[in-house]
Amino acid sequence: MSNLLEVQNLSVKFPTRNGIFEAVRNISFSLGRERLGIVGESGSGKSLTGRAILRLIKKPGILEADHITLEGTNLLQISKKAMRRVRGHKISMIMQDPKFSLNPVMRIGDQISEAYRLHARASKKDARKKTLDMLEKVLIRDPERVFRSYPHEMSGGMGQRIMIAMMLIPDPKILIADEPTSALDVTVQKEVLEIMDDLVRERGMGLIFISHDLNVVSAFCDRVLILYAGRIVETCRADRLHEAKHPYTIGLLNSIPRLEQPVEHLQVLQRDTAWNLEPSVSGVVADGETPS
Amino acid sequence: MTEKTETGIELDQVNIWFGEDEQRVDAVINAGFAVPPGGSFGLVGESGSGKSTILRAITGLAPTWSGNISVLGNRLGEKRDKEFYRAVQMVFQDPYASLHPRQTVDHVLSEALHLHGFDNPDKRIAQILDDVGLKQSFRFRWPHQLSGGQRQRVAIARALIIEPSILLLDEPTSALDVSVQAEILNLLKRLQSERDLTYLMVSHDLAVVSHMCSEIGVMNQGEIVEMLDVAALRALEASHPYTKQLLDASVQKRRE
Repeated sequence: MSNLLEVQNLSVKFPTRNGIFEAVRNISFSLGRERLGIVGESGSGKSLTGRAILRLIKKPGILEADHITLEGTNLLQISKKAMRRVRGHKISMIMQDPKFSLNPVMRIGDQISEAYRLHARASKKDARKKTLDMLEKVLIRDPERVFRSYPHEMSGGMGQRIMIAMMLIPDPKILIADEPTSALDVTVQKEVLEIMDDLVRERGMGLIFISHDLNVVSAFCDRVLILYAGRIVETCRADRLHEAKHPYTIGLLNSIPRLEQPVEHLQVLQRDTAWNLEPSVSGVVADGETPS
Repeated sequence: MTEKTETGIELDQVNIWFGEDEQRVDAVINAGFAVPPGGSFGLVGESGSGKSTILRAITGLAPTWSGNISVLGNRLGEKRDKEFYRAVQMVFQDPYASLHPRQTVDHVLSEALHLHGFDNPDKRIAQILDDVGLKQSFRFRWPHQLSGGQRQRVAIARALIIEPSILLLDEPTSALDVSVQAEILNLLKRLQSERDLTYLMVSHDLAVVSHMCSEIGVMNQGEIVEMLDVAALRALEASHPYTKQLLDASVQKRRE
């Protein structure tokens, strides 16, 4: 397995009145053609990690890393203009709520073809054809109608499929999905995840799946990084998540109520201040190695 | 309304709609269920299925409804009296939106006491903060100084400080992390047994509802399609296809 992306010693800091706050501290990981899950609670730095890869940390936030390498290019050293070519073209990102990421006053078809034409230099006609194909691929039954619709006419699940179509149409190498299904109902969640999964596999892409939901991540990803207070406390294979060793991961898993195993009282996570001081675990898998 | 009665909440042939004539949307169709005093009933379903609307109709936030709703043996009319609001309180989904950003915890709690004519606010506020597991130092904090879980504790304290007998819970933990969710669910369970509360809880999460409630109604497109007790739910014994689909989705999320 060759690595698409390598991140070394990434930190995201914010200056505050009481000194510098480190939201992400020295984390390293790699991404191959796999589905990598990043889980953690709110404030653990998981979304910032996703944004940092695309250099989307706004000032006064500070982004530091030894390198963020995409196919041999260090993304930290290229110009802003070159970075814009990377976004969407090489790495694209799906956000949590489609309501806020689609342009409300632009027809869906136009938005998707715009995404395509920005990166592919195609004629309007070709772009339209490609867009309709793509809408079909995300299992939208009536692509012609959706093409002409505005975002407010769509449900949450449809909106998220449209986002997936838009993000995949320039054929990126990596997709970062930041809580893509958290705003959706459970039954719709499954459908959207399956669509995303199929397309990502089919194209041999790398997927970074950011979520707070341990169940979804363990069912859907290959490998998981568990973030706590800006550091990776544990990495493991997703299907072995229930064998996790770090007390934080175990605590999180135990605090979820389960349908089949009723308990009188849910276990409450006891946080240990020592966790804040532990060094980050590396999430790097070297080329050719299989993750254990 | 304060004397003990046989029923907690009873709904019979309740329809709730929004808009009139062509614009009319039937949000809840022919809903009926009963919650005994001290019991807990859960409503599950997807967004738009009408589960929250039922809670809103009970509290009077959705004024266009027909049928029978009775609370503690009293049939509800168009207007609800102060006694009703003393007996029935609600906790909302998003603790970030449901607390006034410019009112301290003390202000929120003492306003509730004042409105319902309680004496001795100092003692009561100190007591309720203890009960919901907040330190006394939280009394004069602003909402922005609190985490999501702490805010939800304040919202629960606000509801419980006037000693209601029924608590309506509208997705009380869906905006919280799982670890915090566990704390809040434990708190709600403890308070229920200590104060003999009646819960009517709405959630989209089957596992959460089955942890909290003994009886569960499954809603789909405005109708309660199936009622089942928690044992049947845990054994995955659903008869309605929609319930099966919902159970499937919740169980398949895990690979075990």
